[in-house]
Amino acid sequence: MIELPALGWQSIVIFVVFAVSLLIATYCTYAERVIAAFLQDRVGPDRAGPYGLAQPLADAVKMFTKEEFFPGGANKALFVFGPCLAMITALMSSAVIPFGNNLVFGNNAFFLQGIEVNIGMLWIFGVVSLGVYGVMIGGWASNNKFSLLGAVRAASQNISYELAMGMALIAVLMMSGTLSLREITLQQSVAGEWHFWNIAKQPLGFIIFLVCAFAETNRTPFDLPECETELVGGYHTEYSSMKLGLYLFSEYVNIFVVSAVMSVLYFGGFNFPFQYELRDWFVNSQGWELTSAQNLITILGTLGLFAKIFAFIFFFMWIRWTLPRFRYDQLMRLGWTILIPLAVVNILITGGLILFGVIQ
Amino acid sequence: MQLTNRAKKLEKKPMTLAERAYLPAIFQGLSITMRHFFMKKATIRYPEETRPFSPVFRGLHVLKRDEQGRERCTACGLCAVACPAEAITMVAGERKKGEEGLYREEKYAISYEVNMLRCIFCGLCEEACPKAAVYLQPDKMAPPRFERDEFVYGKDRLVEPVSPDQRSVRGIQLTPEQADALRNKLATQPA
Repeated sequence: MIELPALGWQSIVIFVVFAVSLLIATYCTYAERVIAAFLQDRVGPDRAGPYGLAQPLADAVKMFTKEEFFPGGANKALFVFGPCLAMITALMSSAVIPFGNNLVFGNNAFFLQGIEVNIGMLWIFGVVSLGVYGVMIGGWASNNKFSLLGAVRAASQNISYELAMGMALIAVLMMSGTLSLREITLQQSVAGEWHFWNIAKQPLGFIIFLVCAFAETNRTPFDLPECETELVGGYHTEYSSMKLGLYLFSEYVNIFVVSAVMSVLYFGGFNFPFQYELRDWFVNSQGWELTSAQNLITILGTLGLFAKIFAFIFFFMWIRWTLPRFRYDQLMRLGWTILIPLAVVNILITGGLILFGVIQ
Repeated sequence: MQLTNRAKKLEKKPMTLAERAYLPAIFQGLSITMRHFFMKKATIRYPEETRPFSPVFRGLHVLKRDEQGRERCTACGLCAVACPAEAITMVAGERKKGEEGLYREEKYAISYEVNMLRCIFCGLCEEACPKAAVYLQPDKMAPPRFERDEFVYGKDRLVEPVSPDQRSVRGIQLTPEQADALRNKLATQPA
């Protein structure tokens, strides 16, 4: 007999993590439209609900009630599986992101993290690279030359930028000596010292990672996978209704995950400046218990992490409505002849600095 | 061959390091869009907010009444003559005994129609009218409709209403059944 896993506190946390990821991705679609409107001196969505806040709901109703369409000769099973895979991979990678330190209630401590594994970074990389299959399968199953071309373009773009991204990350991993995202976060705060985030040690690596993150999530200026002029639409030309919705939605989940990863790796995750001083002030001057003071710091840290994530999401959208699309050969040249060599140089510099004990 | 002296000679200088690095230009662009983020919005929330009309705006026609509530129009046809788009048609009739309270002079318009699909809102009818009867309202636009025949505005929609129950149905001589049918049709659509 199969034993079902016990429904403990941790499963509630997992549920909350997924719910929050989905909710934020949902409201990204709204934020995108509002920010786009503001950057272009427009008002933006304001019909559905107050300030248009019910707009994602209206979009969902529209997506669900649109006609389901299968192109002739398409492999139906794969055609449906493509967007599902894109969504699954996007959501799965959010599981290992530490949204906060552990909360302690009496003898119970639980992590504000879906799953605490010490291969967090590897997990994210493995799962994110599976996302390419979602795009490839979608393009292939559409039985459409243009979709296939778009899918191949998307795949080659994603793969070439994943290389540079991984190499930019190696420098961080060399410093931290661990793959666990929680460990990396905790290493970015040291009691007594003011604060140091990895961005101060890895500015070049961060810029490479940022550029690759844009390319990985298929955002402007790297949104070559979709292109109205050459490809009629892109790998999802033949998609309609909620299947298209899943593709578009998974892009926003990806943005959320990448923003979270960037905040954790380079911007201290749930740490914020003077957190230990604040905790000690609560304990010493206000007479709080250590655990409740720590819990308060944890909650503040979680809010701080979300502030960082939202700042990054805003940055993604800000870039989108500022920069035009790259040409495909420019995109490839940037990836292979600029970013990858730069990442290698970054690794060498980091290695040298670690060797001579400048950073650790 | 040089035709004018306005030609500007462009020099293609090699790009500086900052230009080749591409990032400064990106930040410049970002600062421009961020400035626009805080700018006053050019759009307005239309049905809730409306822009003030220009003082020279010419909108939907109206056939005015005089101070005693009598129609001013005498169906002289000068507005139809002045109309460059030939949008105005009318049928003149003679005022009968007992209708002195309705029409100002002996001649009046049995029907008066403006085809809003032809009308260019030039205002020449208004200038041509010797009786100060036809005006283009400065604050009302011709509303959108779905059917073409709904753009032909008869007297029912043009004449300034005294009160709703005193409005005539398009001002055309109709049989009582036709009038009833038309009344019902008009009652179901917004004025």
